[in-house]
Amino acid sequence: MPVIEITQTVDARGLSCPMPIVKTAQAVKTLPSGAALELLATDAGSIKDVAAWCKATGNELVEQSSDATVYRFVIRKK
Amino acid sequence: MTTETLAPFDPLAEAIAAVDGWPEAAEPTETPATAPLPAPAGEAEVKPKDFLIIDYSGDLEKVWATMILASTSAAMGVKTSVFVTFWGLQVFVKDSRRITGENWMQKMMSAMQRPGISHRKLSKMNFFGMGPWMMGRLAKQHGVASPKELLEVAQMMGVEFLPCQMTMDMFGLKPEDMIEGMGEPVGAATVIGMLTDNTVPLFI
Repeated sequence: MPVIEITQTVDARGLSCPMPIVKTAQAVKTLPSGAALELLATDAGSIKDVAAWCKATGNELVEQSSDATVYRFVIRKK
Repeated sequence: MTTETLAPFDPLAEAIAAVDGWPEAAEPTETPATAPLPAPAGEAEVKPKDFLIIDYSGDLEKVWATMILASTSAAMGVKTSVFVTFWGLQVFVKDSRRITGENWMQKMMSAMQRPGISHRKLSKMNFFGMGPWMMGRLAKQHGVASPKELLEVAQMMGVEFLPCQMTMDMFGLKPEDMIEGMGEPVGAATVIGMLTDNTVPLFI
């Protein structure tokens, strides 16, 4: 699998709903189409929320992983 | 016609069948039994609806809910408007304003309930400010943004806040009493006029 080049990282660790989504939306706005954004979050609700946000906005959730405490998402702007 | 069948009589099923427009139980729908994979993004995109919140309450917990929903829906690319009326209007008065209004009754009203988003009370468990103080502490501990922070985010993301002209007049509030970036004061007809097929309204 090719390594995805991350253009920007949004660090939302320690923030609760809705800030991970809000920060992601703000960051994605500044990115060019096709660029990938990495989101780090600790809010467990973000697993569902990021998917819902991607579905509503048409952006692509490319990757999703987590270690013990941090959830990591890679989103490609449409 | 049903006398020939051996199926036991089921009054509930009969009643359901009698209801006009009730979907047929065994009618096969267009979706095949093997569920198709979800359509790739962009093909069958769900168009978000416009979102209209009528912010009637000035209670801390309800204002919080309004701000969370408004900022999130704006983040999801949904056109979001908030009509602020009655107690909700007090939330959008500048924090620095202590006494507002022109006559003694309007001034008394603002004295009894301090305006501004940072001075909200809980609808229950307020305990002379102890409840809101604890809520604030708990929110900070859990990384929850305050209503004021969420309001700033919502405004930055293009949420439109429309004050109610009638309530402004009744409380004697002037445009300069309100926070920066509020929309033009409007009336109920404007709000009802915003209710198209594509708008989801919410009264908080």
